[in-house]
Amino acid sequence: MSNIPAELYYTESHEWLADNADGTVTVGITHHAQELLGDVVFIEAADLGRQLDAGEEYTVIESVKAASDSYAPVAGEIIAFNEALEDAPETVNEDPYVEGWVMKLKLAQNADLSGLLDAQAYSDLVASED
Amino acid sequence: MSETLLTTPFYSMHLEAGAKMVPFAGFDMPVQYAMGVKQEHLHCRAAAGLFDVSHMGQVRITGPSMEAVALALESLIPADYFNLAAGRQRYGFFTNDNGGILDDLMVTNAGDHFFVVVNAACKAQDISHMQSHFGDDIQLDVLDDRALLALQGPKAAEVLARLAPEVMDMRFMDARPVAILGHPCFIGRAGYTGEDGFEISVANDRAEALAAALLAFDEVEWIGLGARDSLRLEAGLCLYGHDLNTETTPVSANLVWGMQKSRRAGGQRAAGFPGADIILSEIAHGPAQRRVGLLPEGKAPVREGVALVLADGSVIGTVTSGGFGPSLGAPLAMGYVDSVHAAVDTQVFALVRGKQLPCRVCKMPFVEQTYHR
Repeated sequence: MSNIPAELYYTESHEWLADNADGTVTVGITHHAQELLGDVVFIEAADLGRQLDAGEEYTVIESVKAASDSYAPVAGEIIAFNEALEDAPETVNEDPYVEGWVMKLKLAQNADLSGLLDAQAYSDLVASED
Repeated sequence: MSETLLTTPFYSMHLEAGAKMVPFAGFDMPVQYAMGVKQEHLHCRAAAGLFDVSHMGQVRITGPSMEAVALALESLIPADYFNLAAGRQRYGFFTNDNGGILDDLMVTNAGDHFFVVVNAACKAQDISHMQSHFGDDIQLDVLDDRALLALQGPKAAEVLARLAPEVMDMRFMDARPVAILGHPCFIGRAGYTGEDGFEISVANDRAEALAAALLAFDEVEWIGLGARDSLRLEAGLCLYGHDLNTETTPVSANLVWGMQKSRRAGGQRAAGFPGADIILSEIAHGPAQRRVGLLPEGKAPVREGVALVLADGSVIGTVTSGGFGPSLGAPLAMGYVDSVHAAVDTQVFALVRGKQLPCRVCKMPFVEQTYHR
């Protein structure tokens, strides 16, 4: 069973987003995504200060199987990258929602969380893929 | 593309073991099991891994004499099979008129016939290639009624000896008929992981029972195609269709060790195989490109198809296999570079997502082979 916390937002490309309620959000990949990828061996450092549009590719996650792009769930500026992943990329597999976060965004003026999936909708999406 | 995939006799065992199945060379094959690629890889290097390689082609070749069959094989493969002793195996490759490689294979002198194992994707082509070149007195029997298991790893011999004690007497590249659980099998002490181990040819209707008996030992776990790839890459072994193809010669692929002296210039049966002029000339004068090992200096994997360049951006080669080596604990790759840049410790750059990632040309294997010689 895929682990899908109720309090997070999700995308169809299997990112999660936590609203920090201070104009910033934390982004990572879902439990289901890390299962699909397999053992993660490298995550390209995201460029701090880069302005992202919603849906824009911001990093590449490399697993033992393949390279996979990850996308910004909403528009914003990259204000943090989880540097612990450089030495321990497997954290994304082991703890995708807490220690395995990937980046933090400062939301853009026009950023819109309403288009994201809630836990139920994402759970339905995952179920439909299985 | 709704072509029905073939299955091996282990299909239902794979599903029970939680395998993720993928199409591979026309077969529905396990790419990984519940353990995952990385743990499967490490398990094989620490204990014993069981691989379903039944998709590979097993062919029995007979003729008026063993010498006649050996010479027929030598007419298509630049290796010495005439002097291959009974009960011994030898690696080889089919070449074409341009000196390129059509497939690589394992050939065994089984005493009263030759036993050949070819790659799944090349099976039909290899068989028609042999049929069209061999005389009518050479008989090919495709052993579709037999499955093939590989048992690989430091515990492989100990485990298999519990079922067949005589395997302890075998050394690397020995092959012989052995009864396991009362049924005739054909076992070679070889494999494609860099580890000691065995390949076991078994009748389809006894295959599941044999796999179940091996898996009953704590040391043995199923290993999928994903880990098979990272294991063979760490061992510096070529994968046909990636590191070898019709554009690569045995010389550029650094496989001249697979051409015994009798087939090289001045040897007793020198030449006499497709592309001999080109291949022997390349041995004498050097190939334009060479296959090399590559160690990326950073942590990003460098994968198949990536261009290799110098600092000034000029292209000098291509990566043909690459990824992450779980035992090495680092990314690794192999590829072809212009021969002038093939020396060990040469710095080259892999062009990944527009960035030049520094890599060092290195010796292979990346992880020490532990064959039982």
